[in-house]
Amino acid sequence: MELFFNPFDNLVCILRISFTVWFTLLLVFIIVPAIFGVSFGIRRLYMKTLLKIFEWATLRIERGAKEKNHHLYKPYSNAIIAKEPTSLEEEIKEIRRSGSNRDLDSASEFEMSDIFYFARRGVESIMDDEVTKRFSAEELESWNLLTRSNNNFHYISLRLTVLWGLGLLIRYGFLLPLRVTLAFTGVGLLVFLTSVVGLLPNGKIKNFLSKKVHLMCYRICVRALTAIITYHDSENKPKNGGICVANHTSPIDVIILASDGCYAMVGQIHGGLMGVIQRSMVKACPHVWFERSEVKDRHLVAKRLSDHVEDKSKLPILIFPEGTCINNTSVMMFKKGSFEIGATVYPVAIKYDPRFGDAFWNSSKFGMVNYLLRMMSSWAIVCSVWYLPPMSREEGEDAVQFANRVKAAIARQGGLVDLLWDGGLKRGKVKDTFKEEQQKLYSKMLVGTQEDRSRS
Amino acid sequence: MGSNSSSMNNIPNAEQLVQETGFSAAHILRLYERFQFLDKDDTGQLRPEDFGAVRELAMNPIGDRIISAFFSPGQETLDFASFVRVLAHFRPADSNRTRDGAQPEPANSSMGKLKFAFQLYDQDRDGKISRAELLQVLRAMLGMQVTEEQLQSIAERAIQEADFDQDDAISFDEFRKSLEKVNIDHKMSIRFLS
Repeated sequence: MELFFNPFDNLVCILRISFTVWFTLLLVFIIVPAIFGVSFGIRRLYMKTLLKIFEWATLRIERGAKEKNHHLYKPYSNAIIAKEPTSLEEEIKEIRRSGSNRDLDSASEFEMSDIFYFARRGVESIMDDEVTKRFSAEELESWNLLTRSNNNFHYISLRLTVLWGLGLLIRYGFLLPLRVTLAFTGVGLLVFLTSVVGLLPNGKIKNFLSKKVHLMCYRICVRALTAIITYHDSENKPKNGGICVANHTSPIDVIILASDGCYAMVGQIHGGLMGVIQRSMVKACPHVWFERSEVKDRHLVAKRLSDHVEDKSKLPILIFPEGTCINNTSVMMFKKGSFEIGATVYPVAIKYDPRFGDAFWNSSKFGMVNYLLRMMSSWAIVCSVWYLPPMSREEGEDAVQFANRVKAAIARQGGLVDLLWDGGLKRGKVKDTFKEEQQKLYSKMLVGTQEDRSRS
Repeated sequence: MGSNSSSMNNIPNAEQLVQETGFSAAHILRLYERFQFLDKDDTGQLRPEDFGAVRELAMNPIGDRIISAFFSPGQETLDFASFVRVLAHFRPADSNRTRDGAQPEPANSSMGKLKFAFQLYDQDRDGKISRAELLQVLRAMLGMQVTEEQLQSIAERAIQEADFDQDDAISFDEFRKSLEKVNIDHKMSIRFLS
């Protein structure tokens, strides 16, 4: 009898000890630093080690492919077809010049060959176009041991497979449970502590505590994602009464920014867990949450935002003007709403390092839970945040021009492509104005000359 | 859905397509991925609406015509082989092709490209570009930016220049003659990077 119970007791004992050790480690290395905002540098060391391993893995694949004498499937980083950056006018003139007997002056009349230009452009866009490319995840040059970002995996040697298997084990067996625990802790603490702080009377102590609570919980969430963030130019951090504007790649952007500064969030009230979090956050400090019905009313939205920024005791507002998640290779059109309010705008550029895990949320492909699981089973999320100097609307500049100016600054800093296209194109239809632009350009070529001729 | 680990094995009749169109295996693979991307509901066939996902095409004044160039008359769906065969028209011409009378004219020769362009004008496929068809294309390319009169005069001039047999329509031969000197290969070719 005794023999039967002893090993079982031992097992329970071992489990209990390991749990205690686990939680102590968690507390010491993760939660306490989160509270005080310090870091042991473990994550950076982790990042460097990972990079070395990835380089080795990529070399092995290339070698493997060469041995088998196959053409390695190289992912395209930007384009698959060569597109000439010439304008409509230049191209059509060139087509005509080669085909026409006449001199150049009277060559600006319609030619049957003009259609070549439009046909080619059209088929080019069918084969590969700028806009839809932005909405699918960026393809990588090197392999980061995640099958989801690799198309060459029939070239992997045994050694690499073992490494990959090991990676899988570590990611799903160790990292994922760790991160999920942290995430629950972080969110739970956020809800609980903000509700507690909400009970205090309004005043300096409440504001102070609310800031501390928010920061702490966001920092825990950052560690829950193993996010390694580098903040640049922190002297430009947004101040009260301003609007912070950033490019949007994923919902994680919020956590990244909010773990370094305190912001008032703007958004629609959701149901479920999200709603619970939102409602408790607003108890501790004023955020701007809208009911679904209020979101349609632009004037109401604008009024509430401007009321908020006028009150200098309230935190700066955080807004993502693109309106949707873009795949972090470019910045799309900013919606002008936040630029009409007239407050100082603090632009922020966020750029993710795709080598460690793709942070882009393709909401048409994955739901939120699926996305979060993918994030938490990646190696890490490495990104850089640049705080740009504040900008204000200048004399004679309208909201759209101001928005474009801010967008250009963010794109430049983050090394992203500045696109004219509307992020809403992900779902909506192209406005007819774009087609008109093409028609206008072409007609100017043809009809413009006829007018000149009738004049002379 | 999820990410597709495409390889040549997934593509039906891949070898045949390589032979027929002259695209390399890697290019066929790329085009297959593009096809799958456009095929949102994963049916293996494209419909005209699927091309609507391409924003730059919607912006193109003759976007609709280009889309219908992919679909044979009466057909409502497009499989991958047909998709690639149409795109083959835009492959740069092969320089060292031996003129073998028995072989059919390849899609990407000057003749093939001209035929494609001709069909963009000749929507009813009767072998002639009528005045009405020409006016339609002009209206599409110019939109509301020109008056009806200006449109008529442009069409009039174009027909006068190209129509040799004076039947008020432009046949394929007349079309070809009027574009003799244009570097068709250069202007109607799309080059792959890599």
